[in-house]
Amino acid sequence: MFTAITRRLAGMLVVMFIVATMVFFLTRLAPGDPASLMLGDQATAADIAELRKTYGLDQPLLVQYVLWLKEVATGNLGQSIFLQRPVLQAIGERAEPTFFLALFSILIAALIGIPAGIASAVWRGRHADQTVSGLAMLAASIPSFWLGLLFIQFFAVRLGWFPVAGYGDPGAGLAQRLYHLILPATVLGIVNSALITRFTRASMLDVLSEDYVRTARAKGLPENRIVLRHALGNALVPIVTVVGLTAALLVGGAIITETVFGLPGIGNLVVSAVLRRDYPVIQGALIVIAGIYVMINFAIDVIYTLVDPRVKT
Amino acid sequence: MDTTALRLFLKRLFRRKLVLFGALVLAAVVLLAIAAPWVAPYSPTGMKVTQRLKPPSMVNWFGTDEFGRDVLSRIIYGGRASLGIGMAVVIASMLAGTTLGLLAGYFRALDGIIMRIVDAMMSLPDILLAIFLVAVLGASAGNVVLALAIVYTPRVTRVVRGSTLVVRELPFVEAAHVLGVSTWRILTVHILLNVASPILVQATFIFAYAVLAEAGLSFLGAGVPPEIPTWGTMIATGQQYADQAVWVVLFPGLAIVLSALSLQLVGDGLRDMLDPKLRKAL
Repeated sequence: MFTAITRRLAGMLVVMFIVATMVFFLTRLAPGDPASLMLGDQATAADIAELRKTYGLDQPLLVQYVLWLKEVATGNLGQSIFLQRPVLQAIGERAEPTFFLALFSILIAALIGIPAGIASAVWRGRHADQTVSGLAMLAASIPSFWLGLLFIQFFAVRLGWFPVAGYGDPGAGLAQRLYHLILPATVLGIVNSALITRFTRASMLDVLSEDYVRTARAKGLPENRIVLRHALGNALVPIVTVVGLTAALLVGGAIITETVFGLPGIGNLVVSAVLRRDYPVIQGALIVIAGIYVMINFAIDVIYTLVDPRVKT
Repeated sequence: MDTTALRLFLKRLFRRKLVLFGALVLAAVVLLAIAAPWVAPYSPTGMKVTQRLKPPSMVNWFGTDEFGRDVLSRIIYGGRASLGIGMAVVIASMLAGTTLGLLAGYFRALDGIIMRIVDAMMSLPDILLAIFLVAVLGASAGNVVLALAIVYTPRVTRVVRGSTLVVRELPFVEAAHVLGVSTWRILTVHILLNVASPILVQATFIFAYAVLAEAGLSFLGAGVPPEIPTWGTMIATGQQYADQAVWVVLFPGLAIVLSALSLQLVGDGLRDMLDPKLRKAL
């Protein structure tokens, strides 16, 4: 068991190393010199040369790469060009709305997707199954920004039930801030429920044909007890995995929804960094987001190794 | 394929009515985009300042936008860019992903490195990786295609590698080996033909994702330039008028939903037909 965890840990480091490498070299493909970009149009050649020296941009690319890896490994993601502060600090300041948005969205997605998937599997091939499958596909076909705009029009502008955008006034209490997340979280919850529905259905169908389910039926147990206790209990492993990984992807994948609803989250930070070509922020955000995904993935694996006796070294 | 085989193929593909519905919608959307100059009631760029933000009517079925342009005509023309970009992404990611997947699945030495890179790319949300690539490459229709092709290549690689791993162990591959068939021929003929159906199914789903992602990138201002009508740019420029004229946002979005839905329905039907083992996976 211990070796399995160590091996996963090594794999995770390799993946992070590749992400960092990819991010570094791809950024260098971008047109324009980072130093002249930082200083703007007014800079003289001497200023640019000076800054290139300070940031080590006059060194050969491979030397820069090694230096950058060293910085990243020690948790230093550099300085934002426009925000005048360390990238990690800028990300930290934006973390709260993104965290709560991901949390609420995944809760809504799971509340829709798991019961729908169970119903679909239990009534396989019947009308309920066809309807659920069709609706899941519909949900996966909706652009989140479009649904967001329509929700804003209907629930915020027309009905006035929810704020149109933003994250509350400065100094707004937690309840006020979270109230601003209801609409965006509902949008993301609906769109992301499709994948969870599909996985729940597939996973339930797998276990419903197992011997122990037949045994439970033969014992004359009530059907809902069989489905919810015997089957769901055993189908839960892949369901929890997909819920966890979807949550991880929501941390960086909510950029469009954050933009539509004007939420000052990490996604919003990335979009403005892209539009302003603030490369240190883009690089840093990519590394942090990939890191969160890889760590949640690792955590899920470790939990299984600890809980499930069948997962062997 | 002779007519009996074709009829059998179509009968099995359209056994479920929803799949037939998807195929018909998809065909309609594609035909409208191709025939845009002949079927669009107005020019997609023709402005009529007196007709700004008019609601849907018999004259303008889907209303007009902030410059008095006909929304329906713009959607029909917009399908050319949106579907064209989606198609190009599918072709590029299929070529790259199939090649990488075959290599990873067949040559053990390459498997580790290719799949670690795939893992690394898949640890980033699609849209985030796409916006990063467009930021680096520069916003243009060509670069949107390139960025999205890079984003979806790992998915194809995974599927093709998985199928290759299974097929390479089958007796007919071994037989080909013994008969002295070259590795190149084994890969491109014997294995590729047998992993073609999962590739085809993936292609329809990636087409749907690419249409959605293109719209998302254009919406964020990191995609196709706003002067080219695509469904994404129409929503992006229309959003500030959504209060007064919800139709400028509603109809282009419906075009995206219908296209993505019909593609997924067709993909689902193909999967049912080509791989009975996968049927229960929805």
